[in-house]
Amino acid sequence: MDQCKPWAVIRFGEAVVMQVMNVLDAPKTVADGLHRPHPGNGDMPPYFAVERPRLGSNRGTAASGGRAGGSGKVREDTAVSLTPEIQAALLHDIATRGDRAAFARLFAYFGPRLRAFLIRGGSDPVQAEELTQDVFLSVWRRADSFDPNQASVATWIFTIARNRRIDVFRRGNRPALDPDDPALVPAPETAPDDWLEAAQQSRRLSAAMKELPEAQASLLRMAFYEDKAHSEIAEETGLPLGTVKSRLRLAIAKMRTGLGVV
Amino acid sequence: MMAVEKTQQDGQCIETPTHHLADELLLDYAAGTLPEAVALFVTAHLTLCPECRARVKRLEALGGGLLETMEPTAAESGSFDALMARIEAGEPDICANDTRSASEETSETSETSEKTPPSLPRALQHYVGGDVEAINWQPIGLGVAIADLVIDRSGLRAFMLKVPGGRKVPKHTHCGNEYVMVLEGAFNDEFGHFGRGDIEIADGEVEHQPIAEPGTDCICLAVTDAPLRITGPFGWLFNRMSKL
Repeated sequence: MDQCKPWAVIRFGEAVVMQVMNVLDAPKTVADGLHRPHPGNGDMPPYFAVERPRLGSNRGTAASGGRAGGSGKVREDTAVSLTPEIQAALLHDIATRGDRAAFARLFAYFGPRLRAFLIRGGSDPVQAEELTQDVFLSVWRRADSFDPNQASVATWIFTIARNRRIDVFRRGNRPALDPDDPALVPAPETAPDDWLEAAQQSRRLSAAMKELPEAQASLLRMAFYEDKAHSEIAEETGLPLGTVKSRLRLAIAKMRTGLGVV
Repeated sequence: MMAVEKTQQDGQCIETPTHHLADELLLDYAAGTLPEAVALFVTAHLTLCPECRARVKRLEALGGGLLETMEPTAAESGSFDALMARIEAGEPDICANDTRSASEETSETSETSEKTPPSLPRALQHYVGGDVEAINWQPIGLGVAIADLVIDRSGLRAFMLKVPGGRKVPKHTHCGNEYVMVLEGAFNDEFGHFGRGDIEIADGEVEHQPIAEPGTDCICLAVTDAPLRITGPFGWLFNRMSKL
């Protein structure tokens, strides 16, 4: 069985993934009030027309002093929650005017989560800190390449971190899709309201994840973040294989309910 | 996601007895946990399959959602200051800059459509050193040839496979799992027709006899986890031949 490990991973909870896909394929629900277009911004692309909180030096964030070393310490406020729309707005402010306060808020929110993600994937705390900084250095430098039509901020950061982690810890190459490859078979027209979906989907997914009992959520994270076959997960948790699988199915079923998909 | 309908485009995902395994692969691809040989296979397929690219995108969104639900791990104090110091010192952006979404591709289709696209996706060309004509084929008999791309310590192996047009591959089963994707030409077997971008998944329970379509050679990318217990680098295929 050991020789087949990668394929064992592949077999891991087939039904579970099918259900995840169903969740992700779920029809969009009506957008909530956050997406109401801002009046009088007719010439702006839809994303920027979203009414969003004013961000800036008067917002009372710990970083409002602006420059690092100015008014000083950024509080890592791990309890604060940022909606996907605010995240995108912060990134927009970073891209358009190098807004350090916005950057600090984004870092305060995602930094601790990214560290947790990296430690979960096997990094020690020192490496996790270094990689988190690497990723945020990229976030700062390429904030203007973020496209809210394509992904949520969380997803964008996740992909940067994922690739960084592979490049740092895995020997050998990391085959990557090249969007400019002439061999690439183009997609049919993209749905025009994808920009709504990215933020919405992100919020709905994380809300559903928060509702999960920890026993189930941790299995899902294990499956997603760690390079583990289902048999290894069973071994590590001391649960019978069948229980691992059924708990995962349960987890996904609850996510579906949480997302309002029945 | 039951049967995936065929479109007039190449590279569609086809319905196979094991088509849903592709989702498992895509999950691990999105999570970044695939071994290189399999990641190469998936990347090559994604290049040819907009449908699967869209699925990866949704799974990456799940990754983003999961990231947000991680129990935050506080940094040492001064983490942000240290980061800003690195930025102010002009440290380069060292994270791979390949996270641009593939769906930005749509705009350039008109200009590229006049030329015949290369057979090998760039991810593969990186290993081969060029397009199909650069492949360093090793004949293994009956006109069949292979060219290794990746072999890892766990026995996972990615390689190119060429079967002459019209040639029957001997009936065989597999001692491990095997994924095959057509890049040029086509083949048929008991499970259907496989053209460019199509994937056939075979395991120990599948017995089949692929026949390359007459005309051009059928060139495929294959990944197998068959344990390398047969002597010689190409033993696994010789082993198949011996079952003829």
